[in-house]
Amino acid sequence: MSLAALATDLSMSARAHRVAAVAAEFAETVDRDARFPEEAVNAMKAERLLGIQIPARLGGEDATTLELAEVCAILGQSCAAAAMVFAMHQIKVSSLVEHGEESAWHIDFMRELAARQLLVASATTEGGIGGNLRNSICAIEIDGDTCRLSKDATVISYGTHADAIMITSRAHDKAAPGDQVMTVFRRGQYTLEKTVTWDTLGMRGTCSDGFLFKGEAPAVQIFPKPFAEIAAQSMLANSHLLWSGVWFGIAADAVSRAQAFVRAAARKTPGAQPPGTLRLAEASSLLQMLKSNILCGLKTYQQAKADPDHLSSMAFSIAMNNIKLASSETILTIINQAMIVCGIMGYKNGTPYSLGRHLRDAHSAQLMISNDRILGNTSTMLLIQKPDTSLLG
Amino acid sequence: MNETIRELLGKVGGLPGPVAELEDDADLYAVGLSSFASVQLMLGLEEAFDIEFPDNLLNRKSFSSIAAIEQTLTHILKSKEAA
Repeated sequence: MSLAALATDLSMSARAHRVAAVAAEFAETVDRDARFPEEAVNAMKAERLLGIQIPARLGGEDATTLELAEVCAILGQSCAAAAMVFAMHQIKVSSLVEHGEESAWHIDFMRELAARQLLVASATTEGGIGGNLRNSICAIEIDGDTCRLSKDATVISYGTHADAIMITSRAHDKAAPGDQVMTVFRRGQYTLEKTVTWDTLGMRGTCSDGFLFKGEAPAVQIFPKPFAEIAAQSMLANSHLLWSGVWFGIAADAVSRAQAFVRAAARKTPGAQPPGTLRLAEASSLLQMLKSNILCGLKTYQQAKADPDHLSSMAFSIAMNNIKLASSETILTIINQAMIVCGIMGYKNGTPYSLGRHLRDAHSAQLMISNDRILGNTSTMLLIQKPDTSLLG
Repeated sequence: MNETIRELLGKVGGLPGPVAELEDDADLYAVGLSSFASVQLMLGLEEAFDIEFPDNLLNRKSFSSIAAIEQTLTHILKSKEAA
């Protein structure tokens, strides 16, 4: 479809395609300069995509996880960093939508997020806990109606560009490391002192710098539910599914580039089979498997959502862990195949077949929540939980 | 049953404080029960009571407190008798 034809189409996917066109234009400079994908995020706001998950009665559009994953996949084909910013924002919004309805403050915040297209960042990582977001060292201090928090947040993606930060901490100063709460702090209620610079192999535009966070806000901004429940019931599934959407987008674009390369070669030498075609066929098969994997996960989540006990069950955790493991590993194989198809034209920067950025961005997938940590958790659960042997679920 | 649960919790729970001081309805996750330790506890309970936890009871709620574990075990032992 041409952009002109898309211009009047208000469906979520058409709006995502318009944002993707903007994101694609700036993807290379965002990557090269490791800068925030400002143009793409402004386009998301202009297309009102930041609030789509908020319930319609609060000014959003009731977008499902399936629809969000589709937007992630569309954006991921243009600029993985912009797509990941969108995904991370929506993961935070999912916690608001799933767990914020019991609190008047959080309801008002959702309404404002949808109206003003606020961008929300996450601060779950902390120096000294070794990447396990279910543990905190810092504790929130509640003093009457006010709460205060200071956290050595080693990663806050797009922290300085966000309108609010959702941050985890221990529930009080005597709480165990796993007894956590999450609090929304709005810009103006906190200061960020940069401690670590995000200069990485890929996903350079997420600007996931480290900061010393210091905030003070009304205590009603603390989520009433324990973070353990929020993590299990909305964050786990949404993270793995929306990230997978982004990763699918990166791999899908790599396969498109490989196909374009093979077609160009086939046109130049009619009658002869270009050398890369078999690998292209293999990559296409893997891409389809990746797609099935993500769609299966989306379906499982949709079904589980109706039953909070199932959402916190081992069977569900294992299913989501497996989606993440398979998606993050498969994309590397797919992009590598595409690189072999495109040869030196894929390896070089600045050609229509360049795949360096795809490959670098894709390498983050197995590290953001380390696959080894996930395998460790799953292997523990498999000591007691029987494997899922059903085909239809 | 309560005693066996407490004994196992002390052995494999890895809790920072003494189990004897825990109320029956205290939130075990809040006092520091990790997911690894909770699986070790489940395995110990399966062995001690010669049972298998069905998939639909392998969730956070079933093991959230000593009272919840007692309830879960009672439920399983009853359905075992009935079978």
